[in-house]
Amino acid sequence: MSMVTHTSGSERPRQAPTDGPAAGRRAEAARSGIGGRIFNGFSHLFLVVWAIMVIYPLLWVVMSALKTDSEVIRQPLSLFPKSLQWDNFARAWTAGIDSFFLNTLLVLVFSVTLTMLLGSMAAYALARYEFRGNRLIYWMFLSGLTLPVYLAAVPLFKGVYNMNVVFPLLGPNKHLTLVLVYVAWSLSFTVFFMHSFFRTLPDSIAEAAMVDGASHSRTFFSVMLPVAKPGLISIGIFNVLGQWNQWYLPTLLMQSVSGEPKHQVIAQGLIELSVNQGYKSDWSGLFAGVTMAMLPVLIVYIVFQRQVQSGLTAGVSK
Amino acid sequence: MRHGVARFVTGFLALPVALYLFYVVWPFAQAAGYSLTDWGGYSDSQRFVGLDNYVRLFSDELIRKAFWHNVFFLITVPLFTIALALFLAFLLNVGGREDRAGIRGVFGSGLYKVIFFFPQVLSLVVIAVMWQQIYRTDQQGLINGLLIKIGLVDADNPIAFTADPEPFLGIPAVLWWLLLIAVWSGAGFYMVLFSAAMQSIPKDIYEAAILDGAGRFDTFFRVTLPLLRDTVSVAWVYLGFIALDMYALVFVMTPSQGGPNHASEIFASVIQFNAFQKGQFGYACAIAVALAIFTILLAALQLRITRRERIEF
Repeated sequence: MSMVTHTSGSERPRQAPTDGPAAGRRAEAARSGIGGRIFNGFSHLFLVVWAIMVIYPLLWVVMSALKTDSEVIRQPLSLFPKSLQWDNFARAWTAGIDSFFLNTLLVLVFSVTLTMLLGSMAAYALARYEFRGNRLIYWMFLSGLTLPVYLAAVPLFKGVYNMNVVFPLLGPNKHLTLVLVYVAWSLSFTVFFMHSFFRTLPDSIAEAAMVDGASHSRTFFSVMLPVAKPGLISIGIFNVLGQWNQWYLPTLLMQSVSGEPKHQVIAQGLIELSVNQGYKSDWSGLFAGVTMAMLPVLIVYIVFQRQVQSGLTAGVSK
Repeated sequence: MRHGVARFVTGFLALPVALYLFYVVWPFAQAAGYSLTDWGGYSDSQRFVGLDNYVRLFSDELIRKAFWHNVFFLITVPLFTIALALFLAFLLNVGGREDRAGIRGVFGSGLYKVIFFFPQVLSLVVIAVMWQQIYRTDQQGLINGLLIKIGLVDADNPIAFTADPEPFLGIPAVLWWLLLIAVWSGAGFYMVLFSAAMQSIPKDIYEAAILDGAGRFDTFFRVTLPLLRDTVSVAWVYLGFIALDMYALVFVMTPSQGGPNHASEIFASVIQFNAFQKGQFGYACAIAVALAIFTILLAALQLRITRRERIEF
């Protein structure tokens, strides 16, 4: 507003000449000096209120996890328990969270690695080589972005169930099944994202490698993949969060076939605990479970906030 | 150079395409096929019934309910989330003091962004379980407890939240309470998205506006907002998908997953209900195909409406 004539807001009206367009503009500048400060105060007020609305429930869950059960019931609102009940965590951990964590980690290590590898391989071949059927395969991957997973739920369940007879390792309630299903369902977006990324890389890099005698796959693994690192980080974060938070596919597929215990992942297990009141009246235990599911992600986010924010928003704006 | 290209491409595509065909394309294709039969899901008997399932859709009371509930979310989730996100982004980016360099963002905007983004990294399930405790219908709940303490709510007659089928403005109250959660968890993400878009607008456009005597409100509504059009329309499409996918919230938070008394049924819960509780897989598939067609039409429509000439900068 006041690019040239800004001194301090309160003095301005005195200095303003009596007429001319400049006077009007300066007077307006003075007004907005005070108005600006009020507006600045209002901004902070509103932002602080929203920040509290975001943080308070999270903090409340964490602090409730450290209360005794009677405190949870009698003083539900207080954020400060009399003494910190760390054993709530131990109890929740052994009540099932330990195996949820283990299953989730076991699945994610393989599913995320495979998603990234297969996704960028497919994207690279589609983005940089011309061949018949290229467009067809690309659109096939892309169409998966618009179709709702519920549509496939019934046949997918049936297909996995039938696999149990032929090849039990790929049947329901198997880690490997979940790994492959996660990979398949993550491919759409990964291919879509990396495709546009590989397209933007200049041809000269790949050509130089080929001239030096590298094969196609060697060019990909030792030259193109390292160059694509920023894209890989973004889509990697996207996939880790997406698969960590996945609950529908495991609920559908990790069902017990013949009475054996279910290999539940964290999101699925938490639903079950809360829907079926698995903790009975163990409220502090439930809070501890939610806290344990929540904190690792939040900590990773706080450490890598810049990458996570840009990784997730890049996913939308592409 | 051309040597071995075919082999290389095949080698790179074989595994991903095979996985994708088996776990994604094939189930979709099968669903379309099952939707023309009366398959129950557990028996081997299935009879071809043509389009009967689709005809039945139109007279199904539950589907009609679910349809309108989906439409409700489809309008309200993007509307409220984008409005709030834009407002927060506006405050963050132009709420600061003015000085020689023009209008600044507020102090501490980085910290606000980190905090507002929190819900985005949390699983919908964690959010749902957390809000279940916040929405508890006794003094143990965060909201009821607070309101009872300050005397705004009678302890014998607390707010029922997601167990409340009574309409508010013609919509069951339970849907409004679910909407609040969706907006709470989405606003921060879109705020960060809009903020980034605002910052990518070149400074000289603002300087020109300021030289022309525009205040911060004028600048925002006449300059920033029109330039954000693309980002906002992408956000609208994305939020549309999220609105169709409110299932996790319905699943965890409502009585009998779509209740009370079917007051919060949405497409996904009706599909689940028909397939796994009533044992009507064929019919469930028909609902799902209808939902898919609805989604694709909607996405195409939204992209069509929001498409306009881009302003390059």
